[in-house]
Amino acid sequence: MKANTSSRLKKVLSAGHLAVTSECGPPRGSDPEVIVKKANLIKDHVDAVNITDNQTSVTRMCSLAACIRLKIMGLDPVLQMVTRDRNRIALQSDILGAASFDISNVLCLSGDHQSFGDCAQGQNVHDIDSMQLIQMVRHMRDDGKFLGGDDIKRPPQMFVGAAANPFADPFEIRVPRLAKKIKAGAEFIQTQCIYNLDKFEAWMKLARDRGLHEQVYILAGMTPMKSAGMAKYMKNRVPGMDVPDALVKRLSDTPKEKQAEEGIKICIEDIQRLKEVDGISGFHVMAIEWEEMVPEIVEKAGLYPRPEM
Amino acid sequence: MIVADKKPIEEIIEELGTHEKILILGCNECVTVCEAGGKKEVGILASALRMYFLNQKRDVKIDEETLQRQCDHEYLEEIRDRVDRYDAIVSLACGVGVQFAAEKYFSTPVYPGVNTCFMGATEERGLWTERCQGCGQCILARTGGICPVSRCAKRVLNGPCGGSTDGKCEIDKELICAWQLIIERLKALDRLDDYEALSPLKDWSTDRAGGPRKVVREDVQP
Repeated sequence: MKANTSSRLKKVLSAGHLAVTSECGPPRGSDPEVIVKKANLIKDHVDAVNITDNQTSVTRMCSLAACIRLKIMGLDPVLQMVTRDRNRIALQSDILGAASFDISNVLCLSGDHQSFGDCAQGQNVHDIDSMQLIQMVRHMRDDGKFLGGDDIKRPPQMFVGAAANPFADPFEIRVPRLAKKIKAGAEFIQTQCIYNLDKFEAWMKLARDRGLHEQVYILAGMTPMKSAGMAKYMKNRVPGMDVPDALVKRLSDTPKEKQAEEGIKICIEDIQRLKEVDGISGFHVMAIEWEEMVPEIVEKAGLYPRPEM
Repeated sequence: MIVADKKPIEEIIEELGTHEKILILGCNECVTVCEAGGKKEVGILASALRMYFLNQKRDVKIDEETLQRQCDHEYLEEIRDRVDRYDAIVSLACGVGVQFAAEKYFSTPVYPGVNTCFMGATEERGLWTERCQGCGQCILARTGGICPVSRCAKRVLNGPCGGSTDGKCEIDKELICAWQLIIERLKALDRLDDYEALSPLKDWSTDRAGGPRKVVREDVQP
C-alpha cells in the first residue's frame, strides 16, 4: 500500500502493530479546552484520534477545527467527513484546509440523516456519497487533481479510511460492500461498534475468503456499555446496531452500581478475543463521552504501551 | 403522476383575505387521480368555504370549474371570457397549474389550494409514494429499475448506507431501504455482480442544481 503520508496511524499499521484509535466528539460550543481536555485523557494510549463530524446530525464545533487543535498538540487526528452537509466544492476545500495543517487521515462517511439532529427541518446535500468521497480524496492525492481536472498545488497526503458495518442488511452485500470500498480506494476501515462477536467473526471469515484483509487494514470498533439502559438503547434505537440479548441480560443482571465496571470488563474481553482473529489490524475504541476509560481499556486489553514511531 | 395533498382549509381562508368573488379551479389530470384537486375536491372545498363565509355573515360568491388540464394554454384559455368576474382564483392543480394560471391571468390573484408533493404512483387507494425526482439523467438501468435518488433518504448512489436495518431505512422503521430493493431486484435479475461496480459521481447539472430547466424539441416544434 503506497501512500506518501505523515500519518502516524499509517506508520503503526504498516509496521505490523495492532493499531489503537479512539474518538472525541467536539463540544456544542466554541471552548477549545473541551477538546484539549478530552485529547489529553487518551493521547498516550492511542495512535490516532478521530474527530466526529456533527455526529447524529447535532450541530457542534466543526471536525476540521478540532482536528487542527489536536494537530497543534502533536497528535495524529483522523478527520471524519460526512457527505450530508457539504457539496463537492466544500469537501475538496476542507480536504485542502486539513492538508494545509498536515492532517493526514480522513474517514469518509455519509452521516446520519438530519432528522435525528437539532436541525431536522434543514436540507441535506448528498452531492456525492461516502464511496465517492473515498474516490475523490484518492484522486486529489494520487493524481494531484481537483475533480474539475485542474492540478492541485501541493496535493493532500491523506491516509484514506472508511466505515464498515458488518451487521448491515442485506446479508448478501455485507462483504461485497467492503470490497467496493476497497475498490474505491479505502486503505483502512473502522467498523461499526461490535457486540455480536460471532457474527463479526463470520464476516471477517468471508472477508478473508476474498483476501480483503490483505488489501485494507481493518480496525474493530469497540464501545463499552455504561449501563444496561445504554445496551437497550443501542439495541433498539441506534440504526444498524446488533446488540445480542445475552449482552443486555449480562448487564441487566449486574447491580446498577456495578454495570459500568461490567461494561468495561466486557469490552476488554471482546478485544482480547478479537485480537486473535486473523485479519484484524487494530481497534477503534469509541468510549462515547467516557474518554477517561480509554486508557484502562487499552492497558487491560494488552495494547499498551503504544509503539514509538 | 404528480402527487398533491390538500391544504388545510384554514390556510386557504387566510390566503383569501377579503376577496368576495372566488373561482375554485380544479384540474382533471394528476390531482384528480390522487383525489386532491379534481372536480369532486373542488365541490367539497367550495361547499366548505360557502359554509364558512355564511357563518361569518360575509357575502362571498364561490364558483366551481374544473379544466382538463391547467398546464396547457388551450385548456386554461377556456375561462378567459369569465375570469374578470372574479377577484381571486384558488387553483387545486399542482404547482405547475397554479403558476401557469397566474402567468396567463396576470392581474388576478391565483392561490394554491393544494401542496404539490412529488412524482409518484398510487400504491393503493389513499396511499401514494414517491418514485422520481426528475433529476434529468435517468440511472434506472444501473440500479435494477429502483431509483436511489428519489427513494433513498440520502440519495446514496453506492448504497446502502450503514443505517439500513432489517431492510428498513434509518429515518423510519416502516420505510423500505431503497438499496434493499435494488439488491433484491439485481438478485432476481441474476445481476448481483453488478453491485460491485462503482457508481460514478452524478452530474447534477440536469437536476435542480443546474437552475430552472427546459426541454427543447425542435423536431416537434411547429
